[in-house]
Amino acid sequence: MSNYMVNLKINNIPVSVPEGTTILDAAKKLNFRIPTLCYHEDLSVAGNCRVCVVEQVGARLLQAACAVPVSEGMEILTNSTKVRQARKHIIELLLSEHRADCTECYKNGNCELQDLAHEYGVNQHLFIDLARKRNYTIDRSSPSIIKDDSRCIRCQRCVRTCDELQGVSALAVAYKGDHQKISTFFEHPMFEVVCTNCGQCINRCPTGALIEKTYIEEVWDALNDPNKHVVVQTAPAVRIGLGEVLGYDPGERVTGKMVTALKLLGFDSVLDTDFTADLTIMEEGTELLTRLKKALVDKEPVALPMMTSCSPGWIKFQEHLFPNLLDNLSTCKSPQQMFGALAKTYYAQKRGIDPKNIVSVSIMPCTAKKFEANRPEMRASGYQDVDYVLTTRELGLMIKQAGIDFMKLPDSPYDSIMGESTGAGVIFGATGGVMEAALRTAYEIVTGREVPFRNLNITPVRGFEGIREATVKIEGCLPEWSFLEGVELKVAVAHGLANAKKLMQAVSDGTVSYHFIEVMACPGGCLGGGGQPIPTNLEIRSKRAEAIYAEDESMPLRKSHENPEVHMIYQEFLGKPLSHKSHDLLHTHYKARKRY
Amino acid sequence: MTDVQAILEKVTTKYGKQRSALMPALQAIVKEKNYLSDEDIVAVAKTFDLSTAEVYGTATFYTFLDTVPRGKYVIRVCKTISCHMSGKDEIIEALQNTLKIKVGETTVDKKFSLLTANCMGWCHKGPVMLVNDDVYPELTPQKAIEIIQSYQQK
Repeated sequence: MSNYMVNLKINNIPVSVPEGTTILDAAKKLNFRIPTLCYHEDLSVAGNCRVCVVEQVGARLLQAACAVPVSEGMEILTNSTKVRQARKHIIELLLSEHRADCTECYKNGNCELQDLAHEYGVNQHLFIDLARKRNYTIDRSSPSIIKDDSRCIRCQRCVRTCDELQGVSALAVAYKGDHQKISTFFEHPMFEVVCTNCGQCINRCPTGALIEKTYIEEVWDALNDPNKHVVVQTAPAVRIGLGEVLGYDPGERVTGKMVTALKLLGFDSVLDTDFTADLTIMEEGTELLTRLKKALVDKEPVALPMMTSCSPGWIKFQEHLFPNLLDNLSTCKSPQQMFGALAKTYYAQKRGIDPKNIVSVSIMPCTAKKFEANRPEMRASGYQDVDYVLTTRELGLMIKQAGIDFMKLPDSPYDSIMGESTGAGVIFGATGGVMEAALRTAYEIVTGREVPFRNLNITPVRGFEGIREATVKIEGCLPEWSFLEGVELKVAVAHGLANAKKLMQAVSDGTVSYHFIEVMACPGGCLGGGGQPIPTNLEIRSKRAEAIYAEDESMPLRKSHENPEVHMIYQEFLGKPLSHKSHDLLHTHYKARKRY
Repeated sequence: MTDVQAILEKVTTKYGKQRSALMPALQAIVKEKNYLSDEDIVAVAKTFDLSTAEVYGTATFYTFLDTVPRGKYVIRVCKTISCHMSGKDEIIEALQNTLKIKVGETTVDKKFSLLTANCMGWCHKGPVMLVNDDVYPELTPQKAIEIIQSYQQK
């Protein structure tokens, strides 16, 4: 942004902002909120909904505040009668094309269009109700995402999200004028197109046109069935996001309250995905060291760089867009699926419960996890390993449905077994976290010493830069790892699939060389996941990240290999990392899918 | 090499593989094949490294880039206000009766498709229709039928 300052007046108050600032941002500086719908901080400006119109004194037409940059001497009125009336009409026109039976809508109470309709006192239908006259479709084909065209106001946030943040463009604008719609390729069902199920479009949809497929009723049914033993696992990023649905500001850690609430909802055992995150580190760390040994010592052909496999949106992205790199993906299942496979085997055995009576529920910041749980590969226990996946938002709704006063709840600890975790497990929820957790463990396995970063905080892999890289020099190896002596381990981290796409193109072209790459499908990692509370923006994601790292620092154990329950499961059940049993239960394979 | 690839090769040789060459590519395919099939759009997306949804979006934006099969002769009657006032409804009725199809449909022999289109800039000589690229202004129902009959004999 330019250093040149522009002077203008907004509602008669003088303000000076850098050249290029939009009227919207200049008004924000003076704490005037201008309503928006198609505008989103994470996306490029579209300027198509017109709800942000403001009056420029002396100009004939109203201006879209999100799209027009300030100019010297400008006088803007954000709340004149002309502006208010225009906005009201714009909202009424949008509503005439929107199926506004709000009580039937999942987004009721968290809908930007509804809020504006309320704010502008839209209480009569001035225009013809077009939504009902159209043949709209509701696409329920995907296990993750429901696309309801009757609620779409064509703001195109989803289209920009899928293109700019995710580099996928499964959704595009089709047709024009009154026929315009948001469409997949040839209007194919969402389940059949390149959609990665990441749910970022859901996070940015201002109405109920894109929502997650909910499994709340199925979970209530299981909880109410006396013959079922219902276990629940909670992903790392849920504990720092859930508070936002239940009255807290972003960045509140509600781990203990969440566990209490889950017990009150009736779950028989409240367990932690962080446990299998720690387990993932043991398996994936060993896998990385094995691959390095094969490459450096045995001189065998082996796929490097190895890439993480925790993020199911990323996995499906890779299957569609870079099937040539599928061998580079770690064979480790995601922590959710490791947990699922163990819940109906190890846990069932130890607790003496017939696995057919176990219902395995997971609470995830993610919509792609719903798809992942339904993958045919994810039935290692002989049953569907994870039965139902709920988003952070769905859990929030269940807690509200149960009439639980969340903010007043006491803290509870997780149940055992499979409830123990370390700080390394919790940072899986932030971009760079898997990398950091893996380095903490792998470095110590190889050298017998802690990773050489202050307080175990490997800051070079943290932060929100789209692609980050770091080099860790391995020195003072234990004898069995001497082949790694002096090796500079080169790692890279990417979040948001558009960044992943750039990185994968570079890997494919051979212009970069790394040993290990972490990719998370969503901006910010799981803390910005498609199942997290709405809204989202950089500030909210930063607060959630701070909470994740604070949670890590608060844990007595911060390295996955120190998790006592992880030791126990290897001793009693799995043997050692990459054992035969591990392979059967904790590892998987991938399949190439159509890019076009 | 399938014919669509031959078309694409011609277009990309001339205009390159940037996104800006997308329109000429789509136009060239429609000119040769009368419409864009599923496979055609996939081929275009591959050539220009775009998502299929994006190419589909572009194709559906333009009335003249069809995404459903059309007949050999595509009749487009202007439906905009000037032609409407000078009797486009009667023209359409005459065409429907002659061809035994409704607007949006294609004859069984795949010879004719009957469509409407927005203003073609012939407001001073309406009603007007296009048959493929040929313009027929100042129509009467009788004239329209005769024009179609001349195509039927082709």
